[in-house]
Amino acid sequence: MAAYRISPALQRVLHAVKHAAFRSRCCIIVSRAQYSTVYDHNEKTFDKILIANRGEIACRVMKTCKKMGIKTVAVHSDVDANAVHVKMADEAVCVGPAPTSKSYLNMDAIMNAIRQTGAQAVHPGYGFLSENKEFAKRLAAEGVSFIGPDTHAIQAMGDKIESKLIAKAAKVNTIPGFDGVVKDADEAVRIANEIGYPVMIKASAGGGGKGMRIAWNDEETREGFRFSSQEAASSFGDDRLLIEKFIDNPRHIEIQVLADKHGNALWLNERECSIQRRNQKVVEEAPSTFLDPETRRAMGEQAVSLAKAVNYSSAGTVEFLVDSRKNFYFLEMNTRLQVEHPITECITGLDLVQQMIRIAKGFPLQHTQAEIPINGWAIESRVYAEDPYKSFGLPSIGRLSQYQEPLNLHNVRVDSGIEEGSDISIYYDPMISKLVTYGATRAEALKKMEDALDNYVIRGVTHNIPLLREIIVHPRFISGDISTKFLPEVYPEGFKGHQLTATGRKELLATAASLFVAAQLRAQKFLGDLRVSNTQQERRSWELCVELEKGVHMLGVSRSGATYTVEIDGDKLEVSSDWNLASPLLTVTLNGIHRTLQCLSRNAAGEISLQYLGTTFKLRVLSKLAAALSVHMPEKVPEDTSSILRSPMPGTVVAVSVKAGDTVAEGQEICVIEAMKMQNSMTAAKTAKVRSVHCKPGETVGEGDLLVELE
Amino acid sequence: MAMAALAAVRRCRVLLHGAVKSSFRGSPSQPRSYSAGRLSVQERIERKRQAALVGGGQKRIDAQHGRGKLTARERVALLLDPDSFVEYDAFVEHRCSDFGMEADHNKFPGDSVVTGQGRINGRLVYVFSQDFTVFGGSLSGAHAQKICKIMDQAMLVGAPVIGLNDSGGARIQEGVESLAGYADIFLRNVMASGVVPQISLIMGPCAGGAVYSPALTDFTFMVKDTSYLFITGPDVVKSVTNEDVTQEELGGAKTHTAVSGVAHKAFENDIDALLNLREFFNFLPLSNKDPSPVTECHDPSDRLVPGLDTLVPLESTKAYDMLDVIHSIVDERDFFEIMPNYAKNIVVGFARMNGRTVGIVGNQPKVASGCLDINSSVKGARFVRFCDAFNVPIITFVDVPGFLPGTAQEYGGIIRHGAKLLYAFAEATVPKITIITRKAYGGAYDVMSSKHLRGDVNYAWPSAEVAVMGAKGAVQIIFRGKNNQADAEAEYVEKFANPFPAAVRGFVDDIVVPSTTRRRICRDLEVLATKKQTNPWKKHANVPL
Repeated sequence: MAAYRISPALQRVLHAVKHAAFRSRCCIIVSRAQYSTVYDHNEKTFDKILIANRGEIACRVMKTCKKMGIKTVAVHSDVDANAVHVKMADEAVCVGPAPTSKSYLNMDAIMNAIRQTGAQAVHPGYGFLSENKEFAKRLAAEGVSFIGPDTHAIQAMGDKIESKLIAKAAKVNTIPGFDGVVKDADEAVRIANEIGYPVMIKASAGGGGKGMRIAWNDEETREGFRFSSQEAASSFGDDRLLIEKFIDNPRHIEIQVLADKHGNALWLNERECSIQRRNQKVVEEAPSTFLDPETRRAMGEQAVSLAKAVNYSSAGTVEFLVDSRKNFYFLEMNTRLQVEHPITECITGLDLVQQMIRIAKGFPLQHTQAEIPINGWAIESRVYAEDPYKSFGLPSIGRLSQYQEPLNLHNVRVDSGIEEGSDISIYYDPMISKLVTYGATRAEALKKMEDALDNYVIRGVTHNIPLLREIIVHPRFISGDISTKFLPEVYPEGFKGHQLTATGRKELLATAASLFVAAQLRAQKFLGDLRVSNTQQERRSWELCVELEKGVHMLGVSRSGATYTVEIDGDKLEVSSDWNLASPLLTVTLNGIHRTLQCLSRNAAGEISLQYLGTTFKLRVLSKLAAALSVHMPEKVPEDTSSILRSPMPGTVVAVSVKAGDTVAEGQEICVIEAMKMQNSMTAAKTAKVRSVHCKPGETVGEGDLLVELE
Repeated sequence: MAMAALAAVRRCRVLLHGAVKSSFRGSPSQPRSYSAGRLSVQERIERKRQAALVGGGQKRIDAQHGRGKLTARERVALLLDPDSFVEYDAFVEHRCSDFGMEADHNKFPGDSVVTGQGRINGRLVYVFSQDFTVFGGSLSGAHAQKICKIMDQAMLVGAPVIGLNDSGGARIQEGVESLAGYADIFLRNVMASGVVPQISLIMGPCAGGAVYSPALTDFTFMVKDTSYLFITGPDVVKSVTNEDVTQEELGGAKTHTAVSGVAHKAFENDIDALLNLREFFNFLPLSNKDPSPVTECHDPSDRLVPGLDTLVPLESTKAYDMLDVIHSIVDERDFFEIMPNYAKNIVVGFARMNGRTVGIVGNQPKVASGCLDINSSVKGARFVRFCDAFNVPIITFVDVPGFLPGTAQEYGGIIRHGAKLLYAFAEATVPKITIITRKAYGGAYDVMSSKHLRGDVNYAWPSAEVAVMGAKGAVQIIFRGKNNQADAEAEYVEKFANPFPAAVRGFVDDIVVPSTTRRRICRDLEVLATKKQTNPWKKHANVPL
């Protein structure tokens, strides 16, 4: 257990908040991507809240708790002992080992932590126990407030079929369809014909898009019925099927609702979440470019009526599918705080966590529907530790050797639970942060997102910034022409990174050449050394050869102060910068245009990796002489040793974490070798399938012994 | 040794000799055939100079390129600043008159080596570059004399010597003259040792006696696939020991950088190697009279490194990467690692702190728990001695569980090899800063630049544990035969598994927050810049070889 004091900076904030409270109570002023909410300390809620979550959402909840003067308790697994959410909390309790089933989902341990710390309420965040009615019940039994809806609402909305029935009854548009036990394939075909093709068939109990099948005719319906009923029985032990109208090219738009325990409910406008990969959201925005005020109101009112129908209290989200004619259909209701809630906070100025806490304590809503604004535009990018070049994102893990959030920019909000030095492990969600930008207009928010992504420094793990950076500048995205199929439609061959334009190529070449020259000049600057030649004139011009994407370019570079003039194929580019060679960011002005690039690596052999418009490009800069001579250098085929893992030392195999046929991610632990009482984790050098395992726990291995082969 | 050298390279040189001959017979355009009587001195100078520039002629140059290698002059041009090379002895010719060597077509101005001085990033360096296109780069008396000349001058003015080795070995036609030449170079290598930095870059064959010159220099680098170093070649090995081994396996870059520890680093090709050598050169002082160089630095000296606060795992049995510590502390994450593939349980190399070159030594918990064994001790000791000889401050990161036990180590002489590292640290008078990041157990604690060996500033991170051994082993001895081992272990951990026992005795100067380590080191180096310490007068010390 660890206790942490409130930092001086935070004390200043609290002080300021206190004084502001005297001037005007609970006013809403939205001017930037921050809450305009004033935290009223006279409104007594809880003394101490336990946050049954980790990572960014735990930190997010604690931030509001601190503003409200509430003490916080973190729970953590043993590998998270140094995590940011643990440091941020006033108290922390370890609830078990790394696997979530033994820690963050371990209700007994969490109940113990609550008793031990005397927390009066629990905020569950999202995921883990947030929609677990059992947990809510156990809290209620011990008189601890659950910051969320009551068990009835969780249960009602947690079941796909029940939630649709309730929605229908509450006059919410639902997708025409059938839910229940389907007797046989013939009945399935009959139902499908009643609804009209295309139809979607899936197990009622399956979440999201899992096991979903689309049928365009009777034949496919029979097949879909067979697969889905098998899966329903085997995976969920629940025979019920869902057959419903399949909405082609749908948008995923959701309405944030807020309801109190006194029967009041508000809709806080929509979030557009259509950009998804494998049914997971990637980029979200609020409001949506697609909704007109009437549709928005209609959706909002239906969402509120659904919330009222289940006596909902707390923050919740009603998800809709919207077709191209602005018909909208209820999808499901999430009875928790959503990942993407910050964009709603940006445009409404409300602090949703604060509202959830107030509501849980029984306070009535402070606002009327008419007081809920749409101020400006907010975009959220989910920054993940994953490789976007593989299926739009396969998880990667590692240590964040360098990490810098773009908080130097105005109107940027970063919700994260990690810091430089943190490990992204296999145990938890690989999300690094939620990057939110805000602007008076959508264009402003998007431009800010470009800048924020360019200024975001993440080293040590593969991340999806290349993909995010491309999505937000894609003409279809900019025009608002999106659907949940955006990614596969725009990148049918998979994501390949930014494709350079002729101008972009020149900008990149000029930057690399200038950086090379700046480094060369710096290498000659010995301080206070009297033995450096002063008979040599400082060079003013260079002839360089730059390789980029298998193309070779001859460049002329001349220097005047910190400005370089680069000649490429008859064009001249002026490149100026402060040429700080220590900074991971490289801010340059290229013919008057400001750009932020990142230099990921630079070596003596002239190889330079630059992140330009989100994508990493590898270049090689050589002097004209070296380039001319390099034709004589032998071609070398790199030896691939990444598929074989050998023991680097003699020792004992303590654990083997994989078996043949498993897929391992790059950097994932394969086995543990103990030598000299030290456990050494052997990790995969690439993402691949395990071909064979040649060791087992307890076995002694020698140096160089084959442990595991990958495919 | 010399015999072996001859045997190793005989076959190769005989072939070369023939090739050279034929190449000239068929090329009348070469400025080689001149008649002394009819040409003016001016013309003769010009012709000789031109001849020197093409070495063994275009065909041999093409053959050299065909092997993926650059010529001696191309290498010098890439290594040095443009137009800075000043050549010496371009007119020197070999003096052999046996076996037809006196013939005009067997005389090459400059013979089989290019020598001179030049600049690397404005700083003086002496260079010799063996020319494989002339008699396979073989070493004649004249060749050796040229090398000795620049080495003598380098000693006089105090500037490093870089040798680019690409030679078939001794010039057999010259016999003992060639052997004498080697010895002359060896002697100068030894005399220059500790006076000016000496660097060898092996860019082709280097066999037989020739290998001892690189071996005597401070750093030996190799080019992958095109260079090899051995006492005797595969043929002799086969005839003497009946072992089948390829040239690459016997003395290639991989062998010497990973197995034998003869070479300090290998590079992909000639260009890569020469460009890296330029970068490496920037870390080095010019001589033992010059201070450690300071370059312009863009990395703030007071930069905090928050990632270090959580780097050391809570469980003392878990590994972490010492390179993460080093990269994040040094300027611009720029670390030139020496011997990265050999004895990986210790990490050594050059970096800069606030612009000033420092030598970094660190135990690597990721490999064999960071223990000290024979190879890592020798690797560390040689590096420490280089730093001490050339005024380079030493920063030591300690996480060492002790010396590696076992018969292999004991029979291999871990006692005397371990003593080398101890000796090196103890003897060093340059500024010495030590940071104990975690374990500092047993004798290895003493060895790793401890306070007791005149460490100037010794820090402990909060995760440090300085003790005779780990808790389990200690408890088994202290409480032998008693029950309640677990309690005893807990007591031991409570007492010793923390920085206090060392701190209360003043064996560490402070317990520092890891994130502030860079700032502390930069400040300390500023203070220690004027450190003056001498060892007692001696003819020379007697390091346990």
